[in-house]
Amino acid sequence: MSEFAVEATNIIRTFHDGQFRALDDVTLMVPNGQVFGLLGPNGSGKTTMIRILSTVLSPTEGHALVGGYDVVKDPEKVRQVIGLAGQFAAVDENLTGFENLRMVGLLNHMERPRVYARAEQLLNDFGLTEFSNKLAKTYSGGMRRRLDLAAALVANPPILFLDEPTTGLDPQSRQDLWAIIENLVEGGTTVLLTTQYLEEADRLCKQLVVIDHGKIIAEGTSAQLKSRLGTTVLALTFGTTSDSERALHLLTEISSKPANVEGTIIELTVDNGPAAAADALRRIDAAGITLGGLQLREPSLDDVFLNLTGHKAEDPTQTNPLPPGRRGRRGRRGRRKASV
Amino acid sequence: MTTIAQVPFAEVREHSSLRWAVRDVLTLARRNLIALFRIPTALVFAIIQPIMFVLLFRYVFAGAIPIPGVDYVNYLIPGILVQTTIFGAVGTAIGLAEDLQRGLIERFKALPMARMAVLGGRTIADSARNIMVLVIITFVGMAVGFRPHSFFPYLQACLVMLVFAHCLSWGFAFVGLAAPNSETAQAMTFPLVFPLTFASNVFVPLTGMPGWLRGFATYQPVSQTANAVRGLMLGSEHGQSTYVSLAWSVGFILVLAPLAVNRFRKAA
Repeated sequence: MSEFAVEATNIIRTFHDGQFRALDDVTLMVPNGQVFGLLGPNGSGKTTMIRILSTVLSPTEGHALVGGYDVVKDPEKVRQVIGLAGQFAAVDENLTGFENLRMVGLLNHMERPRVYARAEQLLNDFGLTEFSNKLAKTYSGGMRRRLDLAAALVANPPILFLDEPTTGLDPQSRQDLWAIIENLVEGGTTVLLTTQYLEEADRLCKQLVVIDHGKIIAEGTSAQLKSRLGTTVLALTFGTTSDSERALHLLTEISSKPANVEGTIIELTVDNGPAAAADALRRIDAAGITLGGLQLREPSLDDVFLNLTGHKAEDPTQTNPLPPGRRGRRGRRGRRKASV
Repeated sequence: MTTIAQVPFAEVREHSSLRWAVRDVLTLARRNLIALFRIPTALVFAIIQPIMFVLLFRYVFAGAIPIPGVDYVNYLIPGILVQTTIFGAVGTAIGLAEDLQRGLIERFKALPMARMAVLGGRTIADSARNIMVLVIITFVGMAVGFRPHSFFPYLQACLVMLVFAHCLSWGFAFVGLAAPNSETAQAMTFPLVFPLTFASNVFVPLTGMPGWLRGFATYQPVSQTANAVRGLMLGSEHGQSTYVSLAWSVGFILVLAPLAVNRFRKAA
């Protein structure tokens, strides 16, 4: 095996007879034995990339090797070295936790005794033993995600694809899942995960790429991206738009990055939060402008995108029209997501 | 959180053997049958509804449907059996639409299993369900006066309609995979099964139908299958209808199975 678990070069994927380009020349090298993050907003192409690497979709152009096997020429072999936990906790609601794992184990062509032992073990590891004979439809969201991840791990794959593993989870379940992922990587598994959360990428991923409209717009370690971005967001609220417009002129020098103005709120991305706040207050005070509020916070994904692309991480349902049926399918599951 | 136990990863193998393909189909067929018994609505749809049809036609409509030379209950039960097995194909469409909607098809496609097992497991489970329903409705029918002629032709009749329903269900598999969700799949399949089963000789003889409808009703495949089933079960004359029904079955599977498989390849 090479040093890379995934080597994807110049991947292009179009939909609707080429009218929509979900992935536009994406090259991705995922080193063995670490968590690699694919960070991007809804509809940016993350799910399409995961589907191509897991042989569910074929690329329109480009080549991808997973575990050294070509996803187009050797999909049978790729499927034996990967585990996939998709966006929607794909568990069979009418089966119990144990039955779900048994089914996936048998479909992985494992021998029956090994399937049973592995299922018991995973249910135990993921704190589901107590519920192993309960139907999955009675599980909470966090339990479903854990069962889904357990299903991806039944065959003990060396490479794991996780598509937004914590979207829709409560903070405690999210923490639990992060711990599980870290644990797996310690054991030698390579994980490629997609996320919309900067915090998640920061916590888990050694390296990450930021993807938007099917293109990679930044890559590097979390620290590198943060240093490009600035570490803190300074948000200032004014009473009127004329005040905020006047203040904007005074404040542009504080940050090297463009300011984000929304109504009477000005947001600046800065490296040293307290110093920038003091500077801003001095300038505003000297000009005799009344300040309504001041806040310092961690940068969000929106801030990353604003800085990298000059636009906000948009809701793709407005920018990338999808066939109505497909949108309906996603919509019915109570998500705004419309990934293709 | 305890440490997640890692076991050594097994070697990558060639998985093309027939033995694995058969096990994959059986694994998924079993999973689909388990679900049938755990979803009360599915069970009602499969078993209670045909019993209601038997009672409705046997006791409510029978008096208004005179058929010369044959007791209506003997005319009715073979028809209900045909209708029930065809209605079962709606379940094929709904089941696949649900799997797609819940992301299970995506999971299956990323597993090193036989590609055809998802559709094979579904259609075989639906055939198994049909066998169970045939047995139940036969006994219900006999309880309300149905008297089949003899045993082996009866089994032949069952086989003809099981084959017919199985071949037809590939078309419904296609619809299920093309539908955006299970409700739509259901809505799309009813306009298909209704004319096929009701504009036929399943419940009533064709003599009372207007000429334009009678033409369609005479030659359409469900009527031909009902003719064959009725003839075999009652030991009466049924011409070439067994062969005509089997020919339709072959035609259906040759055309519909590739359509469904092609749709499955594209679905995710």
